[in-house]
Amino acid sequence: MSPGTTRWLKVPVFLLCLVPAGILLLEAFGVAGLSLGANPVEALIHSLGTWSLNFLLITLAVTPLRRLTGQAWLLRFRRMFGLFAFFYLLLHFLAYAGVDQRFALGYILEDIAERPFITLGFAAFLMLIPLAATSTRGMIRRLGPRWKQLHRLVYPAAILGVWHYYWLVKADVLQPLIYAALLILLLALRLRKPTPKRVRNRSLT
Amino acid sequence: MLVKIRRASDIKQSEITSQSDYLKRRQFLKAGVSAFAGLGLMRAGIGEAAIQRGPGKLEKIADIRETAYRPPEAITEYEHITTYNNFYEFGTGKSDPHRNAGTLKPRPWTVVVDGECEAPGEIGIEDILSGFPQEERIYRLRCVEAWAMVVPWVGLPLGSLLKRFKPTSKAKYVAFETLVDPEQMPGQRRAVLDWPYREGLRMDEAMHPLTILATGLYGELLPNQNGAPLRLVVPWKYGFKSIKSIVSIEFTEQRPRSSWELAAPREYGFYANVNPEVDHPRWSQARERRIGSGLFAEKQPTLMFNGYADEVAHLYSGLDLRRNY
Repeated sequence: MSPGTTRWLKVPVFLLCLVPAGILLLEAFGVAGLSLGANPVEALIHSLGTWSLNFLLITLAVTPLRRLTGQAWLLRFRRMFGLFAFFYLLLHFLAYAGVDQRFALGYILEDIAERPFITLGFAAFLMLIPLAATSTRGMIRRLGPRWKQLHRLVYPAAILGVWHYYWLVKADVLQPLIYAALLILLLALRLRKPTPKRVRNRSLT
Repeated sequence: MLVKIRRASDIKQSEITSQSDYLKRRQFLKAGVSAFAGLGLMRAGIGEAAIQRGPGKLEKIADIRETAYRPPEAITEYEHITTYNNFYEFGTGKSDPHRNAGTLKPRPWTVVVDGECEAPGEIGIEDILSGFPQEERIYRLRCVEAWAMVVPWVGLPLGSLLKRFKPTSKAKYVAFETLVDPEQMPGQRRAVLDWPYREGLRMDEAMHPLTILATGLYGELLPNQNGAPLRLVVPWKYGFKSIKSIVSIEFTEQRPRSSWELAAPREYGFYANVNPEVDHPRWSQARERRIGSGLFAEKQPTLMFNGYADEVAHLYSGLDLRRNY
């Protein structure tokens, strides 16, 4: 796919990524008979958290998918997916800190310090902040090889994110385990580094 | 470290009307009302008119007695009570019970009562509904997950039913079990918990006047998702103690184990008394979110024994509530 086509394709993909946020907005304000249900605060926080994890997995799927299919253009969507993962995570945190705790610092700090699942989620949030901040073309250029090192933080952040979900659940861990299985698969696919074609060709001659 | 921040809007302990004062006030009011009615000016039946009535989705329960058990708080909407709850027999999501409970057949229904008693036997739901006066009890319901409702139950004191079976002096506890039938309860196809769902009370807790067997909600028969046709309601304990769709009641000498205690003993104890000072290992129990208060409402402080301390605190004197959570 040519760079021109992907540039054009980015617009509908971007809008599609915004759909979950749009639906939540309609539900929150009761537009068109939509509603967040009996416990709107919980519904909002859980939905935003789930979408953040979804986008994190989608982002991590780009590289293995490119390797499997050989479709290099997929890589051009990775940054957008990563930034959407951070966008939903930021909203998830703001819904917790603002809507649920009303920015009461005492309660928030107590949660982060004493509730392990919140500690994990908060750690993942902190890890992803520098990644979002260094996602511009200029920062990539300025950081050079260190950019790649820094962005490896996405792996521990994703692990903590899924773990956070696992620890939140009361008894039915099926859903968090599905996320864990997908994450393990996506990470395992990275362990086996395929020998770059050019190198292999050279060694053969 | 527990950071406590007191704000001006927080309810001080001294500002909260104690249940006993409240009941006294109610009694005073009721005495006044009945004196007034006695004049022959109001023969319409005050009690019946004041009973909370639902949307008419299910059969109306006739001749419900009004009681003084009604907290001075907004009652949660029927819609919310019946679409948001935990009933893992129908799925683990909060809206799963509402969506999936249609397969439950609450008639005919028999409860077996046995164990340490002189007159073991069975009792059908029709006999429970016709053989005991049905009372309206409006109670706070506090879930262990830190959300809460105010629910207008209809039911009978558990003690009045238990007495019929003549428990012996060996009966120290009462054990309850929910129906097991994966055909009717599709959530039981997965071993999320060790079915049947089990619960238990100490004998004095079971005989306490606040403890009821609920047969209805908002003046109508219990919806399936809320534990039809018969469930326990123990308002000073976390919601999971209030076992639903009961088929078995057994008097025991040994303390029974409850399902959540068996599933995660570090997190859920046998007593499960509502206690804002003893946190769940994974979240705070100091405050609760009232269902129906909307997206922008503040959480409110959870009360000791869910606000029923005056009536039940004496049951636990000398018991370390931190260890016996």
